[in-house]
Amino acid sequence: MAADRLRNLLEQAFPASEVEVEDRTGGGDHFQITVSSARFDGLSLLEQHRLVNEALAAPFADGTIHELRIKTKGTQ
Amino acid sequence: MSELREQIENVIASEDVTLFMKGTPQFVMCGNSSRALEALRHAGAPVTTVDVLPDTRIRQELSAISSWPTIPQVFVRGELIGGADIVEELG
Repeated sequence: MAADRLRNLLEQAFPASEVEVEDRTGGGDHFQITVSSARFDGLSLLEQHRLVNEALAAPFADGTIHELRIKTKGTQ
Repeated sequence: MSELREQIENVIASEDVTLFMKGTPQFVMCGNSSRALEALRHAGAPVTTVDVLPDTRIRQELSAISSWPTIPQVFVRGELIGGADIVEELG
């Protein structure tokens, strides 16, 4: 499952975080992800989303992700 | 530097708000481009839009400039603000 792959990649990139991955259309290519991690503390939204995009570079590159919605939260 | 890259950088540098999107404001071709456009309109800012669909090189050059993998991309006075989610959240 593409959603499980995304969740695994995010959990590796953001240890001890809360990760939610929702397949928005059921088609395995439109996702809403939510990540709550201490790594985001003190970073701008742009920097937070950059970290998420970097963690998901492979599924972006191979076309698994057609559309992605990102919600990030720090712990503070 | 390629001519195309120079053109993209000129638009980003010279316009107050630039939205790189799929389609045009009259005919938006992607949900996230639509969300970004709506958020910017809601904020009341005059927006310059660039359609990335006519030539795949636009998107390649843009992502090389911004290190941002997805469309849409919003720039304000030369700086990348982010994609649809960030613009909505800031709006």
